[in-house]
This record gives sequence, C-alpha cells and structure tokens, in this order.
Amino acid sequence: MDFFLNPLGFIREWLLSLLTSIGITGPAGDFALIVLGTVVVGGLGLTLPLALIYIERRLIGRFQDRIGPNRVGPEGIFQTVADAIKLLIKEDITPLGADKFIYNLAPIMAVVSVLTMWAILPFSYNVFGTDLNVGALYFVSVGSLGTLAIMLGGWASNNKYALLGAFRTVAQMVCYEVPMILAILVPVLLASSMSMNAISAAQDQVWFLFSAPVAAFIFFLTSVAETGRAPFDLLEAESEIVAGFNIEYSGMKFGMFFVGEFLHAFTVGALTATLFMGGWTGPFADQYPLLGMLYFSLKAFIAYFVVIWMRATFPRIRIDHMLELNWKFLVPLALGSIVVTMLVDKLYAEFLQALFVEGARAYVRGGLLLLGNLALAAGAMVIATRAARYMRLKEESDKYMPVVEAEHGHDDHGHDDHGHEPHGVVAAAH
Amino acid sequence: MSLDASQFVFLVTALVIVVSALFVVTARNLVHAALWLIATFAGMAVIFVLLNAGFLALVQVVVYIGAISILIIFAIMLTRRVMQDTGPQTNANWYWGAVVAVGVLVAALTMLQLPNALTLGASSLVPGFSSAPLPQPAEFADAAAFNTATLANLGLALSSPDHYLLPLLLVGALLAVAMVGSINIARDDKERE
Repeated sequence: MDFFLNPLGFIREWLLSLLTSIGITGPAGDFALIVLGTVVVGGLGLTLPLALIYIERRLIGRFQDRIGPNRVGPEGIFQTVADAIKLLIKEDITPLGADKFIYNLAPIMAVVSVLTMWAILPFSYNVFGTDLNVGALYFVSVGSLGTLAIMLGGWASNNKYALLGAFRTVAQMVCYEVPMILAILVPVLLASSMSMNAISAAQDQVWFLFSAPVAAFIFFLTSVAETGRAPFDLLEAESEIVAGFNIEYSGMKFGMFFVGEFLHAFTVGALTATLFMGGWTGPFADQYPLLGMLYFSLKAFIAYFVVIWMRATFPRIRIDHMLELNWKFLVPLALGSIVVTMLVDKLYAEFLQALFVEGARAYVRGGLLLLGNLALAAGAMVIATRAARYMRLKEESDKYMPVVEAEHGHDDHGHDDHGHEPHGVVAAAH
Repeated sequence: MSLDASQFVFLVTALVIVVSALFVVTARNLVHAALWLIATFAGMAVIFVLLNAGFLALVQVVVYIGAISILIIFAIMLTRRVMQDTGPQTNANWYWGAVVAVGVLVAALTMLQLPNALTLGASSLVPGFSSAPLPQPAEFADAAAFNTATLANLGLALSSPDHYLLPLLLVGALLAVAMVGSINIARDDKERE
C-alpha cells in the first residue's frame, strides 16, 4: 500500500504488523490503534493553540498598527511556550466556598467539548477520525457541552460576577445555537447527507459558499458567537463583570479555558471550510490525499483569519442588540434560507435538470441557488432597514414627545419640527 | 460466562446509569442533582449507541443534555440562593412515587423475564421487550451501512404523508402554541397594550 495514496491506511498496516510482531492481534490491536489515533488527534488539537495564539497576537498587532510579541525566539515564536510555562508554574487557587469537584471539572469539559469535534473533521477523503453518518448532528451535540462547562465554571466559582458571566453565556450560546443548527441544515440538504465527508465531497464542483451564501454567513456568524469572542464577547466584558465566568480561575485551569477558546475559534474555521468551502476538495485532491490535507488546512486558516479579522475590527455588541440580532434577524433569515434552498433545488431537479448536459448541471444548480440566496438577502436587508427606521422613529417619538407636550402644552409645533433635536436644545429654544 | 466487548460496555454503562440516577434523587444540592441527571442522560446515549441507533444517541445528547439539563440548571440558578441551597429531597407524596417506581420496575422485569421463567424461550409478552439478541442486519455489509439505511428510512417515514408526517406537523404546531403562550405569559402587562 502506497503512503501517498492512503496515508492512514499505510500507517495502520505498518502499526498492525508491528503490534502483531509483539503479540497483540485481533480486537486488542484494533483497540490499541483507536486509542493511539485518539491520542494523536487530541495531542494535535491541544498543541495547535500554541501556534494559534502566536499567529492571532501577531495578526491583531498588525491590525492595530503595532508589532505584537517579537522578543522570545526569532520573531517571538516562542512567546506562547513561555506563557504556557508561566501558567503551569503559577499557584493553583481554589476560592473559598467553591464547589471543588465542579470547579475542577468545568475547564476539562470546556476543552473536551471542542476537542471531540476533531473526531469528525475530514482532513482528506481517506484521512479522518471517523465518518459518522450523523456528523453534523454530532458536532452540534458536542458543542452544547461547552455551554454547560462555562455555566458550571461560573456557578462553582462562588462569585457573583462569574455567575453573571455564566448567565450571559447561556443567553448567548443557547440562542445562537438555534440559527446555527438551521444554517447547518442547508449544506445537509444540498449534500443529502449529514456525514462531514459526504458534505465535503458534494462540493467538488461548486462550493456551498456560492450556492448557499446566506447559510454560510449565518453559520459563520453564529459559530463565532458560540466561541464567545469579540464582537460577541459580552460573557467576559471586563468593564461590566470583571472577567466573566473565568474570573476565579488561575494557572492552568484558566489556561484550559484559554486553550479551549482558541481551539474553538480555529475549529470554527475548520468547520466553515468543511461545510461551505469544500473541505479537502480541490484539483487532484481525490488522487493525492496529502494535497487534500493541504487544501483543507489552507481553507481552515483562511476562515480562521476572518474570525481574527472580525475580532480586531468590530466593537463589542450590546446585550439587547445581541438578542435582537439573533431572534429577529438571524433565525427568520435562516428559516428563509432553508425554504429558498428547498424550493429552488426541488424545482431545478424536477424541471430543469434534464435540459442541461451532465458537466454543466452542478454549475447551473449552484447559479440558481445563488440567485435565490441573493434575492433572499436583498429582501432581508430591505425589511431590516425598514424595521430599523421604524424602531428609530418610534424611539425618538417616545423619548421626546411626552416631554415636549408637558412643557409646552398644545403649542403649534408638531414634533416633526424638532423631533431630531436633542431635548435640551428644544427646551432652551423656548 | 465470558463477556464480549459490547456486553462489558453495557454493564458498565448500566451501572453508571443506575448509580447516577440514585444520586439524582439523593443529592442534597440541586445543581449536583442536575449534574447527576446529565450523567444519566449520557449513559442513555451510550445505550442507544450500543443498540446501533446513533441518530437517537445524538438527539439524546442535543435535546436532553444540551437543552433540557441547561434549562433545569438555569432555572435552579435563577430561582434559588446560589451555592448554599440544600433542602429535604422528599415531599408529602413520596410514597406514591415509590409505589409507582417499584411498580414500573416490577412490570418491566416481568415483561423481560417472565417468558424465560415460564420456559417460553426468548419470546416476550410485548414485542420489543425480548431478551433475545438483536436481529443482525443481514442484508447490510456492516453496522455503518445499516445505520445509514435506518437513518434514511427514519427521514422518509417522518416526511411521508402515509406514515408520520401528520403527527410530526401536529407536534410542531403544539410546540409553536406552547411557545407563543409562554411568551404571552412572560411579557410585561405594559407591553400588551
């Protein structure tokens, strides 16, 4: 078996022969290989943040017109290692009155919930942990454990700010899970499968980023909200609740929350790449799996770069805006995106598919879906703009009208005359 | 008697489920009880996996651990004094609960074991409650192919008018009504005008 055609299979054969030579055969050998694979993927996931944190700090530095860490090692590449060592040797404090077991369990759960997502990521068509036929659902179900971890951490710390941070977390993560699941349904519909590998393979010709841009946008946005990073970082808003749920954590326990967050951000990039940017597909990727791994990593890093870009660009969103954006905009839009996808795809398959030659079908289908999505996006923007104008006018009339009436009785000034002026100016003018 | 791997996993999981279920009702701290409940749910998910029902296992995790448990914990955190809240685990109706629990246990054991005791073989009084091993999916190459076919069948059954489309729509309508009702109860009187 050639390493370049089936890397995992090659390593597996080699290790099995090695295990057989020391007397481990049959199910025990398979079990040993599964454990080894889990350890390797887990170790990769846990050491990746060392690089990610460095990359992110340097990038954010460039975004903010400064250099970023550049002292430890060439170009500062060992900065994260130094930070990790510092975290490891710090005193491990458990606050008085904390619920010890849960307090220690929470950081572990936070990392586990992210790390287990890596089990289903297809790095290439034959390089993956496992190809679950319910992969999309698996990733949602595992992600919900992260919410639990943050909540338990906030509760067990015996600190009111930690608890407030936990409350915000639940409000945000549980809410944004709804449009995220709805958005995942669209690639599942288009690929007719919940398996991550099948979803990647279905994008061989047209990425779902083009045939379902609305769903891609919603998925990306809500996933970033799930990670709790800027602009959705109100769960650790320093100016309001000190540091949020992890305020009482120190040393490596804080480090685990930190690692979990960075790994989650990269996992968001990897999942976006898998679900919407074709995963491992690309020229010659179906012949050389290693090329597929390269494409996958590139796409994942591009998506991760956008996550960092968002973090560096947008200010923190206000909590009521956060909830309204979710329930009044993203959820209806996600539902609309599902309906549009279903209608366009079904109508195309029923009436139009037979008219085109085999090679052009995927592109025609993608183009029609793109048109449908663009119409949906335009409609959503019109409705959102009108709703925002209506809300603004209503707020202004609520704010100024009663005061103006009380001070001036029924004078002949309609509120249209000075509706936009600050109240103080109006009062002074009269 | 030798155990194969799946039997061993089943025994361990069953033990975890029973022990954590016991702790759910005996824990003095409500949040601890909720956590033990999560352990029970997770054990149930493992049982579903053992039964080749991967989809149900993940739905169990999403719905029960991801939604219902978080709802329970959230309700506890919002309504009780943080951390110090402990109290009696029982109320005046505890013996009714005990009677029902024992009754259900006896009924289940009867359905499972009575045919064996009466030497009726592996057949059971209730179909689906058989202690015989699961029928092997002969026409499928392996468990994964069987699972995929089951999943496709489930999807078709839920979306076919001949099968469960109407019940599914009714459940959806019921949930929508419940949600609108709860929002109506929760909002301020001022906003209602």
